[in-house]
Amino acid sequence: MAKSIDVSNLDIYYGDFKAVEDVSMTIRARSVTAFIGPSGCGKSTFLRSLNRMHEVIPGARVEGKVVVEGQDLYGDQVDPVEVRRQIGMVFQRPNPFPTMSIYENVLAGNRLNAKKMKKSEADDIVERSLKGANLWNEVKDRLGKPGMGLSGGQQQRLCIARAIAVEPQVLLMDEPCSALDPISTSAIEDLIHELKSDYTIVIVTHNMQQAARVSDETGFFNLKAAGQPGHLVEFNSTQKMFANPDNESTEAYISGRFG
Amino acid sequence: MTSTQDRVAAAPASIPLTRPQLPSWAPLLVAVVAVAAAALPGLLLGWGLAPMVLIAVVIFVVALPTWSSAVEGSRKAQDRLAAALVWAGFGLAMIPLGTLMWQVISNGVPVLSAEFFTYSMRNVVGEGGGIYHAIIGTVIVTACAALISVPIGVMAGVYLIEYGAGSRIARVVTFLVDVMTGIPSIVAGLFAYALFVLFFGPGVRMGIGGAVALSVLMIPIVVRSTEEMLKLVPDELREASYALGVPKWRTITKVVLPTAMAGIVTGVTLAVARVAGETAPLLIIAGDTDSVNFNAFAERMATLPVYIYYSYMQPGIPPEFGQERAWGAALVLIAIVMALNILARFISRYFAPKTGR
Amino acid sequence: MTAVQLERPTTSRRGDAVFKALATAAAVLILVALAGVAVFLTLEGMPALQAEPGALGGKDNIVLYVWPLVFGTLLAAFLAILMAAPLSIGLALVISHYAPRRLAKPIGYLIDLLAAVPSVVYGLWGIEFLGPRLGTSYGWLEDNLGFLPFFEGPASGSGRTILTASVVLAVMALPIITAICREIFSQTPTLHQEAALALGATRWEMIRMTVFPYGRSGMISAVMLGLGRALGETMAVAMVLSATGVVTFNLISSVNPSTIAANIALGFPEASGIKVNVLIFSGLVLFLITFVVNFLGRLIAARGQIKEGR
Repeated sequence: MAKSIDVSNLDIYYGDFKAVEDVSMTIRARSVTAFIGPSGCGKSTFLRSLNRMHEVIPGARVEGKVVVEGQDLYGDQVDPVEVRRQIGMVFQRPNPFPTMSIYENVLAGNRLNAKKMKKSEADDIVERSLKGANLWNEVKDRLGKPGMGLSGGQQQRLCIARAIAVEPQVLLMDEPCSALDPISTSAIEDLIHELKSDYTIVIVTHNMQQAARVSDETGFFNLKAAGQPGHLVEFNSTQKMFANPDNESTEAYISGRFG
Repeated sequence: MTSTQDRVAAAPASIPLTRPQLPSWAPLLVAVVAVAAAALPGLLLGWGLAPMVLIAVVIFVVALPTWSSAVEGSRKAQDRLAAALVWAGFGLAMIPLGTLMWQVISNGVPVLSAEFFTYSMRNVVGEGGGIYHAIIGTVIVTACAALISVPIGVMAGVYLIEYGAGSRIARVVTFLVDVMTGIPSIVAGLFAYALFVLFFGPGVRMGIGGAVALSVLMIPIVVRSTEEMLKLVPDELREASYALGVPKWRTITKVVLPTAMAGIVTGVTLAVARVAGETAPLLIIAGDTDSVNFNAFAERMATLPVYIYYSYMQPGIPPEFGQERAWGAALVLIAIVMALNILARFISRYFAPKTGR
Repeated sequence: MTAVQLERPTTSRRGDAVFKALATAAAVLILVALAGVAVFLTLEGMPALQAEPGALGGKDNIVLYVWPLVFGTLLAAFLAILMAAPLSIGLALVISHYAPRRLAKPIGYLIDLLAAVPSVVYGLWGIEFLGPRLGTSYGWLEDNLGFLPFFEGPASGSGRTILTASVVLAVMALPIITAICREIFSQTPTLHQEAALALGATRWEMIRMTVFPYGRSGMISAVMLGLGRALGETMAVAMVLSATGVVTFNLISSVNPSTIAANIALGFPEASGIKVNVLIFSGLVLFLITFVVNFLGRLIAARGQIKEGR
């Protein structure tokens, strides 16, 4: 199910403003790739460009290529709706649909493609996805209750369940723990470890320890100066990145000298 | 779900990112075809413009989603149908606005002349005469309504935000003010009449009665906008003033109200614009007359909306002249209301607290 | 310490008291005015209960007089909302979600312009422009859909029917409903909209999954407020409709029910004696109907807000 992503010479613009400049990298399948860097460095923008979510903002466009299995995400015939269907996303703040039950929240994506699902089939998907998100035991007795009634960490895992229910190729996570307490955070981190056997996971985090804990490879983004576009400074295995980075500014950032 | 699995099973090495899509010029092509398909028989059979446009829109709304459904699948087709429908709805809503403006301007402009603005209808039969008396009446009645509503409305707004905030009575007042915005204007007219009958006896007609009726409509608007604006005044400003030992009422009059002034004036201007066009209450309590009346406290008083109504519905003989004058007056009334609206936007934009006083 | 005066000077204390009293009085006055509307209408309307058939247009009692008017009022307003509600929701979506950002604001202004047109001008437009044009299509409706009771005919050539009046009312209710809906639609949390898009929803699916459920109570209350406007609108109906005061569902004939508001506007200037009381009584009925509709509309809106606040 998991696929790798090849990014080459990607520039991202909002209108005339160049937000990210010349990023090239290969994100390996069935692994966790983390992006770190100071705020405003374009790491979230870059993440969103991987499933064309940044296009939600009017005037956004890219130059360069993002290739998944030989197909350029920005090719002519490519449908952004289909891209997002294959490359799922989890957001900074948990965002279950407030008017839906837990059960319906999990199925929200599946319902788009199959209006009429058999009850048993739907039950299967809900159970499988919630188990996949380590949430099943906590909510199996109240699937009909609103998703908003859960705790923040549970809501975030519900959102992960919702994202994996449609069996995407890749899972993008945009600072998924920044709104959570430490216990919920560690639950999500455990989950990320389990999910990587099935999914390609890309995670943006502002927490370097988290990047060190969960990821196999890490990319460091930075700004050359205020008002300049963000760029990828270094992309390496996490081990090397945190022990012996190639780049001086990476070392400075990781050791806490700025950022 | 099953479809995805099938697809994955059929082609395990590839994931479906691409879908057959209509080219980007597809909507344009369908639009051109739809217009042509409607115009061709339309011109041959001599239909009017309206049915042709209608048919073109229907063809477009049906054809594009159908095509899309065949190529792109039903989800995309629904998306295109929804987009086509909301835009068609927008076009539909613009028809009344466009035709109304065109009618008023084309019928009204030829009527305008110096005489039209400076003569009343006194002793006028047939051609000639003007709207001088009606303009005077509208100005007097609206000004009186503003004189009544602004102090009451602003003070009530001050009470709701500065004194009563959170109290039960404030909540009740806020809710009832909202409900009051929905009072039909004719009911406001009847209220004013019922009130004045108590003092002046049956058949009473006077300009101030119209002002009272309009106040019923105007006060809730003024209260709402005052409330909204006072909410925007930061508490730091109030506290800074208290810290200097300024009593609360002087804080409100010297600090809070001036800060919110631009917004309140905008609200009042919009409220005036709204009531200046009201007809029904004035028809009931201010009545109509052919002569100029400067005294709001005695006798009937003509106003522009009522003048339009009577000129058109009871134009006299021959009817053309009365109806022409009605259109002229309608143009003047719309111009006044629009000018007030533009003025309100101007005030809110250029006198916002940050840049103004 | 004696030099420091902790007591406020009496003048400012009195100023505070006076100012607060004034503000409170203004708020209370609004309550009194609203109560006054009900009280005075009741006071002047009550004599109508004893009115003789001569003052009631030949009807035996006031209920028989008011009922056809209530019917006409509800029918016209209901038809108007039937047309205006879907259109307004579409317009609100254009402004909040479909139009490019640069166009959204001017489009909003255009819709607001519709609200600024005085009702008497809508009346002129209804008689001169809309009526004759719809009149021709009424003939077509009679010929082709005449088997439905609504289009039984005989079609009115001038087009001054209850259906035309409803179209005018729909145009007038449109800006109110649109303004409230677009406000609510644009408040839909971006988080939820992005969640839907990230699951692979099209724009329309995203709107159905997030915007509509989020704005449901707001949409209902907007429609109620639009209904309130349509119920109470006077001049456009008084001018456009050629009313005979019957009770019928036939929408396109020249024999039409009248509405309370239009009936008052047409009858009041020439009325005297007990006829005035009869008209005021009908005004009281209109007041109560619109009050209930507006009350419900605001209540639904307020409830919705409390739920969202959770």
